[in-house]
Parts: sequence; C-alpha cells; structure tokens
Amino acid sequence: MAFKTEEMILNMGPQHPSTHGVLRLEVELDGELIISVKPHIGYLHRCFEKHCEAMTYPQVIPYTDRMDYLASMYNNFGYVVTMERFLNIQVPERVEYIRVIMGELQRIASHLVALGTYGVDIGAFTPFLYCFRDREKILSLFEMTCGARLLYNYMWIGGLSHDLHPDFIPACKEFLRYFKPNITELNNLLSFNKIFIERTANVGILPAETAINYGVTGPNLRGSGVKYDLRRNDQYSVYDRFDFEIPVGTGANGTLGDCWDRYYVRVREMEESIKIIEQALEQLPEGDINTAIPKRIKPPAGSIYGRVENPKGELGYFIMSDGSTSPYRLKVRGPSFVNMTVFSELCKGHLVADVIAILGSIDIVLGEIDR
Amino acid sequence: MYNLLNNILGNEYLATIIAVALPLFIFILPYALYAVYGERKVSAFMQDRIGPNRAGYQGLLQSVADILKLIQKEDIIPNEADKKLFNLAPVLVFAGSYAAFAAIPFSGAYIGADIDLGLFYILAISSVVVAGILMGGWASNNKYSLLGAMRSAAQIISYEIPTALVVLTMVMVTGSLNLKTISELQTAYFWNWNILGGAFSGIEKFLLIPFMIVAFVIIYISTLAEVNRVPFDIPEAESELVSGFHTEYSGMKFAMFFLSEYANMFAVSAIVAALFFGGYQSPFGYLGNTIGISWFVPVEQLFWFTIKGLFFVFVQMWLRWTLPRLRVDQLMTVCWKYMIPYAFANLIIVGLITLI
Amino acid sequence: MKQYFRNTWEAVWTVLIGMKITFRHLFAPSVTIQYPEVKVDLPDRARNRLYVNIEDCIGCDQCVRACPVSCITLETVKGTPAEDLGKTSGGKKKALWITRFDIDIAKCCYCSLCVYPCPTECIRMTDVYEFTEYERENLVYQFATLTEKESEIKKQNAAKAEAEKAAQKLVAAKAKATAPAAPKTDSEN
Repeated sequence: MAFKTEEMILNMGPQHPSTHGVLRLEVELDGELIISVKPHIGYLHRCFEKHCEAMTYPQVIPYTDRMDYLASMYNNFGYVVTMERFLNIQVPERVEYIRVIMGELQRIASHLVALGTYGVDIGAFTPFLYCFRDREKILSLFEMTCGARLLYNYMWIGGLSHDLHPDFIPACKEFLRYFKPNITELNNLLSFNKIFIERTANVGILPAETAINYGVTGPNLRGSGVKYDLRRNDQYSVYDRFDFEIPVGTGANGTLGDCWDRYYVRVREMEESIKIIEQALEQLPEGDINTAIPKRIKPPAGSIYGRVENPKGELGYFIMSDGSTSPYRLKVRGPSFVNMTVFSELCKGHLVADVIAILGSIDIVLGEIDR
Repeated sequence: MYNLLNNILGNEYLATIIAVALPLFIFILPYALYAVYGERKVSAFMQDRIGPNRAGYQGLLQSVADILKLIQKEDIIPNEADKKLFNLAPVLVFAGSYAAFAAIPFSGAYIGADIDLGLFYILAISSVVVAGILMGGWASNNKYSLLGAMRSAAQIISYEIPTALVVLTMVMVTGSLNLKTISELQTAYFWNWNILGGAFSGIEKFLLIPFMIVAFVIIYISTLAEVNRVPFDIPEAESELVSGFHTEYSGMKFAMFFLSEYANMFAVSAIVAALFFGGYQSPFGYLGNTIGISWFVPVEQLFWFTIKGLFFVFVQMWLRWTLPRLRVDQLMTVCWKYMIPYAFANLIIVGLITLI
Repeated sequence: MKQYFRNTWEAVWTVLIGMKITFRHLFAPSVTIQYPEVKVDLPDRARNRLYVNIEDCIGCDQCVRACPVSCITLETVKGTPAEDLGKTSGGKKKALWITRFDIDIAKCCYCSLCVYPCPTECIRMTDVYEFTEYERENLVYQFATLTEKESEIKKQNAAKAEAEKAAQKLVAAKAKATAPAAPKTDSEN
C-alpha cells in the first residue's frame, strides 16, 4: 500500500526576521524540497504614484526619497535626470560632479546594508555590525551636507539644495582611507569563508538568458555574466569621464550566476565606487550651483522615460505632462519589483534553508516594490 | 565527601543526594546564569559594542533581572498542544544536561559519583536530551517547531558517533573509562598531558602528538554539534525558523531550555579538558605542595578545572560569533563523510602506536 | 580525492582566519555612544524640528504652498489702514494680522521645502530632535500670538473697514453714474 503524502504549505509571513521588509512568501513544500514559491506583496503600498499627481514637480522629490529608503540619493538622481531631459536644462559642471559623489557614496551605503543583512540571513552575525558601523560614517557625511541622515531631498531639478560643506572634502577623503581595508576584512571574514561559500555557491543559479528574459537588472544581471551597466551603456550625468570597471560574476566558486557571484559583484562594486569618488574629488570644479534652478517648472505637454543605475538595478521614471505644474502621470519602474519576478524560478528544486539565501542575494527593498 | 556526610547524617540516601547533587547546583546554576551574561558581553566586544552595562555595575545584575522577569511570565500552553509532553520536555532536557555532571571530576577530592564507567554514563545520559527535544517540538503543535526538533534529533544522533570514536581512542591510550583516573594519569605538568602525547616515555609519546591534536579537533567539533551551537545551530536558527523547537515555550520553561544549553556547553568543555588537557591538574605543579599546605591542593585543582572549562566555553562563544550556519544536509555531510572517516583512521593509527 | 583534502584544509584555514579577525576586534574600543548621558553634536545644517519667528512673518502663504504634506495652516486678517502692525526685522512693513499659524509636526516630513521660499527667513529648521509628547494634540504647534478675543476684534475691524470701503465705492459709482448724464444733455443742445 503506497503512502499518500501531500504537500505542506508554509507561510513565511509578513513578520519574519528574514524577509527584508513586509513580504509574505507562500512556500509549497514536499518534505524539505520546494515545489513553488508565491510572493505576496502590497503590504507597504502608499499610493506614491497617485499622490504625485496632486503635487508640483519640486514637491515630488521628498516622495521619491521614500521609495527605496536605503538609496534615497539615487531615487532623487533618477527623477532630476529625467526632468532635466524633459525641460532641456543644462546643469553646471559642479552640480554634476557633486551628484556623482553623493550617488556613489549612497551606492556603498546601500551595498553595505545588503551584505550585512545577507550575512545575518546565513547566520554570521558579526559582519552585519561592522557594515553598519561603516555605514554610520557615510550617513554622517550626508548629514553634514544636507542635514538629514536617511531621506535627503538633496537633488533638485536644475541643481542641489545645498552646496558642499567646507569640511566635506577632507572628511570624505578620510572616510575613503578608513574604508578600504575594511573591505578586505569583510572578505576574509565572510566572502571567502568556506562555510559561507558552501551555503551560497551553486544555489539559486540564474542563467544569463533567463535573467534577460525576465528583465532583471543591476548586480543580479551582472552576477550572471552579462556586462550591462547603465552608467556605461546609457549616458547620464558625467560618468563617461571616470575610469572604472564593471564587475561581472565569473563562477569562481561554483557555477556562474549563483548567489555567491551576485554577492561578490556587490563587494567589487563597492571597490569601484571608491575609485569613482576619488576621481570625482580630484576633478571637482568650482562654481555656483544655483544658476540653473528654474523659477517655475511647467514642462510642455508630452511624456518622457528616463533611467539610472540604482544600487539595485535600473530605476526608470515615466513622466507624462499635460502642460500644468503637476505631472499628469508619474510611473516608476522599480528594480526590486522586476527582480522579484524571477524569484520563484530560482527557488525550484532547492531546500527551505536556501529560500532565505536566495532572497537575500536578490537584495530587495519593499519600499521600492510596493511604492 | 560521601563518607564525611554519611558519618554526620547517618542516613545513606540523604548523604548520597547531598554529596552528588548539591555542589552541582551551587556551582553550575550560577555559572549558567553568568554564562548568558558572558556571552552577551563577549559578543558585544567582538562586534565593537558594549553589551549590557546598565543593570548593576557593568551590567553584572543583568542575569538576575532576566531570571526575575522570566519567573513572572505567564505560562502559555498552546490550545492544541499535547499537555503532558509539553510539560515534560523541558524537564528531560534539563535533567539530561545536569545529570552528566555527576561523573565529571571537579577536583582531586570531589567527584559526584566515582563510577568506573564514567564516560559511558555521560554519553548515555546526554542522549536523554534528544528525547526531550523531540517531545518539545512535537507537543508544540507548530510546523516550525516540528521541523526544528527533527533536525536537532538527526544532528545529535549523528554526531555522537565521532564523539564515541574519539572517546574510544582515548580509552585505548589511557586504559580507563573513569574521568578521574584519566585526569590523575595526566600528572600535574603540562608536558604529560594527553594533547602532548600523554604520560609516557619513549618514541610513542612524540608519535602520538599529531593524532592527539586531530582527535581533539574532531571531538571539539562533534560536541559543538551536540550542544546545538553555531555553526550547527539549525534547530534554533533564528532567521529561518524563529527559534525552532522552543518557539512556543515562555517563562520558566524557556529559561530551563536556555540554562540547560549553557550547562551542556560547560559539561562538554569539561570533558574535552579532562580527556586532553589534564582535567583538574595544574600545568606547573601545585603551590600547596611547594609551600607545604596540603589541603590547599584540591582548591587549586578546582581553580584550574574552572579555568579550563571556561576557556573552552569562551572558544565556543568565539566560534559562534565568527561563523555562519551550516545547512542541514551539509551538516550531515560533514559528520558522515569527513568526521567519521577521520575519526576511524585516527583510531586505527593510535591503536597501532599504542602497541609499540 | 584531492578535492576532499582540499576541502578540509580550506575549511580549517578560513575558520582560523575568521577567528583571528574577531579576536582582534575583541580588544578594539567600542563605537557605542552612551545616549542619553552623551549626545552626538549635530552638524549646523541639521534638519529637525521647525521653528517660526512669528514677529517676522508677513503672512505671504509661500510656505503653505511649498509643503508637500500640507502640515501648515495659516489664516490672516487684513489690517485697517489706521493700524500700525510694525516692521519685520528686515525692514519690511507688515500688512496682515496672523490669526492662526499651526504646524502639525506629526505630519511634517522634514524635507525643508518650506524654508526656501520664505521672503523674511522666519521659518527654519532647528536641531531639536527630542520632542516626544504623551498626547497627540500637543504635537500641533501654534505659533500665532493673538488671543481669541484679539483675533475677534481684528476680524471685526477688518470687516468694518471692508464695509466702509464698499459703501464708499458704491457712493463713488453712483456719483459717476449720475454725473456724465448732465454733459451728455449739454452736448445734445
């Protein structure tokens, strides 16, 4: 007589120490093997896109901060780049360089959170605190510049809200000098640890074809070996003046496109960001940052789509205007939303413990998924 | 000590109970309380933080505050839970952990029960813990707890094999199962300790050294798995199963699980110290003997025993805050494919060496 | 087979490297700041609680329009020509009485968009961040200094002035309506 077994449905609910935010995962299990995973989102939906239709264009900027709250500078960056293309505004050189410096510092901060929390998901509690200690220094740099630690409202259409503080450049150089050996320490403690490699190599393999078909972007795509980065492939701001590499996954420990590759691409991206910031600090021109800020923003009727390379992927803004001072429709293409679509595919055939490892390696922020 | 008490009290059973059980509670319970505090402080210093420092001077009264809080908590039993098993599980786990101390020599003058089967008894009584964990997981009526309990049972049972193999190795080298005899054989000078070849003379002592070190590493890792510590803490994996088999326990029952984990840590540290590092023997000879106060020697031995036990507990905590966690199947791979072959090979080679 | 021994060696070696790092950190000084005994010095551009210097406010409504979450409520009453409302610290003459200037600091998102449009720089963000209250109503900050009675008087004065002005206008309009009739008949002649 054959045993009748039925699949167990495990609910990793909205409140769970490991889902990065309020995400509900409905996991269908056969013993310890996963048959399917269904993510349920929407717990953090705040009607951002509808709300913006009642705001004027400069008032939208504090709202864009709150989408991906771990990388606010880049959310602002995407919006102002799109609006400046729409209005044909040419910003001063100094503004461009400062935006690049802030954006890359924000990229380091966002990756530090991703790596630290990934360590906690795998079970190593110490690198999390080291990452957050370093992130505190970046947040103090931001607080010195614009007054806020997490949600900045710093990049305005046509310029910035404040010029650099006189103490910023020495403090930033000091931070870069302090931070470089910490990446080596993080690698020794976590990235090359045999147990960590065993947990993450050959797990959640994302082939390049599948990644492109699903629309995955950012470090997830680069971890699968595809060398595609909007800072090189699609011009915005002054990134073409800097000499930096685009790190891609190589399958060094395990297969190409597994969790370890995605994780290591982020570590290497932090190193590249340090290079960019150093070069930008060297080349920083003098000037007035307020010359290009328009008095009244009333774009012509029409629509535009602009995109930038968020720490998590391609952040796109679609803005449709009907000639008034408020947008008629503002749609955001959130990178984490599109990256989540490939999650179910990645989890098939793995064990329950791997769900957490794979979810951490995709690096989602619920604020961006739900907006 | 048993004789003394028997003379005073005249009643055999009372004397036995007091001689065996009382010093354990006086020693181990405060240790368990302060081990929790120590873990928090050690973890904080390793993470560039400070740890508890508000309750009392440098936070020393933190454990007392925690115990007072846990005593006051409501004892919640889930509706569908199996009440008898639910209540019995912490008792079994606690009893299994503490009963192991009966056969561990605290100093030359005190051992709870001087039985010739010391190590065998310890291995056997530690297995009672498995039954307690399984009961706790099943009776909680919770999918997560059940998963955690089953994993824990598989883990503990598998890792008892390398432990037993290494114990066999040491028995071959020293010739006794009684921990007190093993400690006495490793005299009070560190070059005679088992990790450095044991109290032999001649070529076999130096031949034994690398294999003793391998045996020590194997038993340390296996006992780490027996007490459910990182990197083998799948049963209580916080980020996956939200506390595993003791999710549904609250108040004093949870405290019992917790305290028994720390007591278990000290027990296995003490066993490892006794097998390889001389147990209660001092590495440099005894002050009491050199000065001439002979009653001071057991006190010194107690001191050395405590130091060694605490040091190995510290290394266990150090490993916890450094390493990530192993997945269940990798845990099994490490045990069956790596530990057991190495332990067997070690056993055979040491056996050959002792024949020389 | 070789992979087997390599795995063992790598496992042991990387564990030892990790242990060395954490051991070094055991003796490094901690980075914790013992709040509330020790507080961090905030930089001079810090954006925390809002403050309005009501003496300088001219009631222009710019901050209300700039706020993205509509947390400022401003009600003004026109001053009569006979009254002298004083000058702001910058020398501008004030023309409006501020009867109500409420900021609901619970709604404020600390974006500082209200600070830039103010022509007299009377609204600004301070570095106060410890302003918790027990009652939610206490988080509505009222900056206007006129009492209820005074506001009532001002409103009545303003209404009276309006009424007078309207009556004067009516008289002037009537005069204008009758006056041209006379020259018209003249020209007809």
